[in-house]
Order: sequence, then structure tokens, then C-alpha cells
Amino acid sequence: MDWGYIFTASATAAVGFLGIVYCLGAMGINIQFGYTGLLNFGEAAFLAVGAYGLATTVATFGLPFWVGIAAGMAGAILLALLLGIPTLRLRADYLAIVTIAASEIVRLSFRSLTFRKTFGGTDGLQQFASQFFALNPLPENSFYKFGPIQMNERNAWVSIVGWTFVALFSILTFLLMRSPWGRVLKGIREDEDAVRSLGKNVYWYKMQSLMIGGIIGAFGGFMYALGQSAVQPDNFTTNQTFFAYTILIVGGAARVLGPLLGTLIFWFLIQFSDVALGEAVNNHVITFMTAEQAAQVRWVLAGVVLMLLMIYRPQGILGDRKEIALDER
Amino acid sequence: MNAEPSTTASTSNSRDQIAQILADVPREPGAAKPDPILVADGVLRRFGGLTAVDVDHIEVQRGAITALIGPNGAGKTTFFNILTGFDQPDAGDWLFEGRPLKGLSAYKVARLGMVRTFQLTKVLSKLTVLENMRLGAVGQRGEHFWTSIARPLWRAQEKSITEKADELLARFTLDAKREDFAGEMSGGQRKLLEMARSLMTDPTLVMLDEPMAGVNPALTQSLLGHVKALRDEGMTVLFVEHDMDMVRDISDWVIVMAQGQVIAEGPPHEVMRDQRVIDAYLGAHHDQPLAEVADQVGLGDLDGLDIVDHGNQGEGAS
Repeated sequence: MDWGYIFTASATAAVGFLGIVYCLGAMGINIQFGYTGLLNFGEAAFLAVGAYGLATTVATFGLPFWVGIAAGMAGAILLALLLGIPTLRLRADYLAIVTIAASEIVRLSFRSLTFRKTFGGTDGLQQFASQFFALNPLPENSFYKFGPIQMNERNAWVSIVGWTFVALFSILTFLLMRSPWGRVLKGIREDEDAVRSLGKNVYWYKMQSLMIGGIIGAFGGFMYALGQSAVQPDNFTTNQTFFAYTILIVGGAARVLGPLLGTLIFWFLIQFSDVALGEAVNNHVITFMTAEQAAQVRWVLAGVVLMLLMIYRPQGILGDRKEIALDER
Repeated sequence: MNAEPSTTASTSNSRDQIAQILADVPREPGAAKPDPILVADGVLRRFGGLTAVDVDHIEVQRGAITALIGPNGAGKTTFFNILTGFDQPDAGDWLFEGRPLKGLSAYKVARLGMVRTFQLTKVLSKLTVLENMRLGAVGQRGEHFWTSIARPLWRAQEKSITEKADELLARFTLDAKREDFAGEMSGGQRKLLEMARSLMTDPTLVMLDEPMAGVNPALTQSLLGHVKALRDEGMTVLFVEHDMDMVRDISDWVIVMAQGQVIAEGPPHEVMRDQRVIDAYLGAHHDQPLAEVADQVGLGDLDGLDIVDHGNQGEGAS
């Protein structure tokens, strides 16, 4: 078995575009769930709206790339309003039910035959990313190595832009959460009636939280669309939301760098177990499984790792055990 | 009865002065007050077939401590929730400083200067005691999204808020707990924190829902002292309580509710001699319509109407 290859492939995947997508998704959920306590199970819909906002504007309507970015962000705000207006007055668990349903509605709408001419049905949309790659300052056909990470110039460009956004949104989260605005959000997470009794418009704060988390999610959608130069509706299943939650909880909810650390760990482990098991099967180290079966086993392993974390470190890597203990009182 | 030494001599709202002002007010349900800060009319709230609140008319005197008492399930907390915008009645109007509050959201009511606490104390567990206090301040620039990002825009205000919070924490003897998580504190300390936090909003009317429930006797005296201090500073206090002994000590005026209605009003000592009130609490006569409720009080907490009071923690004290 080629351990060098296994390690390189895993590390490259951890910082590749999918890592960025999930990191941004988890950062959005961190604002909504981690800080505000909104159980949004429809983050995938915000990613989908971002990705399709960009792809549809450019590929279907032939408008410039930047208009597409604006359309994706506007779409995320619109979706937050549509979801929030009827549900934010309700209890948290209702929001969870409504958002999970809404995220499927969004996906199925993009997938539907009716809108095939606009959204491309199950095939999705392509050919909208050329303007993005035209901005790439890296020379064509060049190749980059940072330690174990290896990328061509296109993937490197996606990674640079993507991780820059992760950094910018992390700074934004930090600035917001040390402010009185962030204090209101954390108060709402603990007890919204108490915050209401102190004269804060809880409904509007929740809405703002949903919007900002949604816009960060939409950037995840942009990176998904640009990273594979295509969008397909089935990229945005509810699984995506749950992976993002997993990442957030592994890293530590309500911590600025929780999503980042969670992404690196989660994505490295997923890729590592996949590549390592595949290699083991191919090299006849493991003989009781086929390569296809091995590819599924990684999710089993990921589940086991998560369960162990939940049992032995429920606050996540960056969390504070004392805070979790307060819930048990 | 004067467990605390009187410190009210120099202030405008001494207990004796309030007693004088209220001397001519008739001792009857819905009596008109010389200077009401809060007036409610025809407030009706039904839960299915149960009429939880049916208050014809009520007035709360400015600058006084008014107690709203009654047996379990009398509708006190529901009435409280309605007045503060946490529940909507089926009918009725109520005015705070002449301003109608009907249909106003709870946060707008609080901004007008009518702040409340909760029977089941609501501290924000995973925020520190100091952050709990700071959250209470109103009109914070840093609470707007765009200005929150730039610290220089709210740093000075935050500093003055912190000073104010520290003063209040010292007064409520919570200054040693400043940096602790609020969730780490005892029940009584939480009550103190909730009261201190409500004062951060600079209220004119403080509404306390069972401030003494579940608090140990040593802390009760200190809580009573704090409530009296609010009046001495010129604030109006309306508080819900079901234990008459607590009420006797501090209130200037008592309004008694039973089965959703106001059944008696008056200064504490007179009200407690009122036959209607005794019947409501003790159920002395079988033919009294209130006997059912009073029976349940006598037995403890076996109260089907408790949904009305949003839980019954701490009510076992009766």
C-alpha cells in the first residue's frame, strides 16, 4: 500500500473545494444554530439557491458573473424571509420540520421538468464559470505543492478564493459575536422570552441570523458550482445539511473556528478512510470486501468516530465542557 | 412587621405618604386611584371552556407597591402575561401611562418602561452574570447589525453600561459572581439577577411574577428589601404572590384575584380580614362558589388550573 499517496489524496481533499463548501455551510449553521439556537435543517437549500442563482444567471440568462453572485445572495435573503416569516414565531422544533421540508422543495423545484429550460432538470447547468477562471492569476498548466497537498492551477484558484471567504466570514463572525448584537443572539439561544422581556425585537434578530447564515451558505453554493464548474440538483440533498451539522459539532458549536477545525478533521477522515480502504482492497490486504463495499464503509467509520466524540467530548474539539454541564442542571 | 430599617425618610415615596394618598380610595374591587399608572378594562382570557381571567376594571397606583394575590389558579400570572404582551386576551383594553397596549408585542411594552420578571426564573445560563446584565440595557448602538461590526462605535456606551451593571450587581450583592455563568448560580441568586437585570432597562413599572417563590428564607428578607428600595427610588411595583405573609410586609395596596376575577382590594391588613378573601383562601363555607379553588390550595398543588400559571414551581410554599 502506498501510504504517501493515501495521505496526499486525503490532505488534498480536505482543503479542496468540497471542504470549503462544507466549511461555509457549517459556518452558516454556526450563526443560526450555534449562536442563535435556530434549528435550521435546510442549510442545503441556501447552498442550492446560491449555486443556482449564479449558474442560472450566467448560463441560462447570459448575464455577467457578478450579477450571478448578487442573484445568489439575493436568493439566500429571499429564502430566509420565506422560511422565517411563517416559522420564526413558532417553537424551535417547528422551524426544524419546516426547513427540512423547504430544502427538499427547493431541490425538487430545481430538478423538475417544468423548469427544465431554466434550471436544466436533473442534468443541472454548466458553462457559467469561465469568467471566474479568467480572473485566475496563476499561469495555465502550472502545478502546486504545499506539503502533502497537490493541485493544478484551477483547483488552487478555487481553493485560494474559497479559503479567503472562509477567513473573511470567520472574521465577520468574530466581530459580530463579541458585539452587543451577538450578545442578543446568544441570549435568544438561552431563553428568547427573557430577551423579549428586556425590550429586544427577538423576531427580527432571528431573521437577521437566518439571513446571514443563509448568505454564508450561498457562498458555499458558489464554491460548489465553481469547484466542479457545474451544478446538479442532487448535490444539494439533506445529507449535505447533516454533514455540515456533523462538522460543526465535531469542531465545537458557537466557536468562531469550530467549523474550520471540524471541516479539516471530518473531511480528512472521510477521505482517508475511503482512499485507505480502496488501496487495501486493490492491494489484496483486505479480501472480504469489494471496492464498492469499501467505499460505503467510510461512512460507517465516520459514524463511529462521531459517536465516540459525542460520548467523550460532547462539546466538540473547541468547546467548553463547563458550558455543556450547565444543561444538565 | 418592619423587618428592615426604614431608609425612606428623605425620599418622596415613603410608605406613610403612599398610605395617605391611598387612604380615601374605596375598599372595593376595581376602585379608582388618584394617579393610576396602569388601567385595565374588561380583560377576558379563555382557555377552551375555562375562563382564566375576567377582570372588569383595575387600576394600579403610581409609585406604590401593589400586590396581586390569590390562590393557585386564580389567573394572576395569565393576567400578568396579558398586561406585558406575552399573551393575547380574547377581549379587553389596558393603558400604561395613558397609552393603550393592546396588541403591542412584549418587547415594545418593555421599551415603554414596563419590565417584567418570570415565575420560573429566566436567566441566560451560558452567558456570564455581567453579560446578562449588559443585555438588559436599552438603546444600545452595538445591537444594530452594521454598527456592531465596528467596535469604536459602541465601545464608550458599552463602558457606561458596564459601570451601571457593576453598580447594580454590587447593590444586589452579586458582584463576586460577575464573571460566573448565570447557570451556575442558586435559585435565589437567579431571582436577584433577574431583578437586577430588569432594572438595567430603566423601568417606571416593575412587574415581578412571584419574586419570592423557591427562595430560601434568608434571601427572602433581602429580596423584600430590594423590592422596597424600588419604591423608594420612585418606581412603581406590581407583583404577583400567593403567600399572604410575604405581601403583608411590603405592599401598600393589595388586589385579590380568585377564579379569574378581582374579588377584593385594599391595604394589606384590611384585605386580610375581608371575609371574601378568607373564603377564597380557606374555603370555609361549602356553599361558597370559590370553595373548589380554596380546597385545592389547602391540599397543596393539586391544581388543574396550573397551566394558567405556567407551571407551579415554588408554589408549594403555601
